[in-house]
Amino acid sequence: MRRGALTMGKNSRADTETVERFLDSTLESVDNAEEMALQEAEKAGVPEDDLHKIAMAVRESMVNAVVHGNRYNAHKKVRLSFSKSPAEFVVRIADQGEGFDYDNLPDPLAQENLMRHSGRGIFLIKAFMDDFRVRRLEPAGTEVTLVKHLVSK
Amino acid sequence: MSVKLSTRQVGDVTVVDVAGRITLGEGSSALRDALRDMVGKNQKKILLNLGDVSYIDSSGIGELVSGFTTVTNQGGQLKLLNLTKRVKDLLQITKLYTVFDVHDDEAAAVRSFA
Repeated sequence: MRRGALTMGKNSRADTETVERFLDSTLESVDNAEEMALQEAEKAGVPEDDLHKIAMAVRESMVNAVVHGNRYNAHKKVRLSFSKSPAEFVVRIADQGEGFDYDNLPDPLAQENLMRHSGRGIFLIKAFMDDFRVRRLEPAGTEVTLVKHLVSK
Repeated sequence: MSVKLSTRQVGDVTVVDVAGRITLGEGSSALRDALRDMVGKNQKKILLNLGDVSYIDSSGIGELVSGFTTVTNQGGQLKLLNLTKRVKDLLQITKLYTVFDVHDDEAAAVRSFA
């Protein structure tokens, strides 16, 4: 199974480890990213109850990047990175698409949108993660950051 | 990895046993095709048994909603059976749980179509 090139092992911050990969704009990459998310989150010590939530949030973000961002374009890649520190597990997913208007997404819980076929992805990501950020990239693309806090009890 | 669908007839109710993942791609399109096929054959009392569904993503939720709308618009009924905790949670946070008629007991679910 092709997974894209591993480009970086550890970054410069001593307490943070980052793994970064570049993936093709395919549905196979979505499945692979989801599987990697499960493995990396488990390695980072994420509680079992949260593993599925992270995997699902990564899946939804990857679908957005591959389908809506890069539109399956074979020339465009999705950058996926996992960073773990004692305090948090962070996933970043960046596409090379034209971007979207995050501030004006329809509310999927509004009565008029409840029976719509699509439009629930970002809502679910926000429901499953502790923090969700969207950043416009230059010259093109969108990066989303998904954060799960690792609370030591 | 993907979804498996098998149908059986219980009286005039078509029970669809769904197993695996209803996600973007094969999983959600298989469900869509199956529901359209049933409506086309005038099978309009449909009970989706999701007991062996391990995972549904937003695309899968979309297919459930679209399937419900398609069947209802044709004068039929689509009901859900045996939701796993994950699927139930998903339908609850998306406020769809009360849209669907959800059952835990197949015989009672079948009777509810009458």
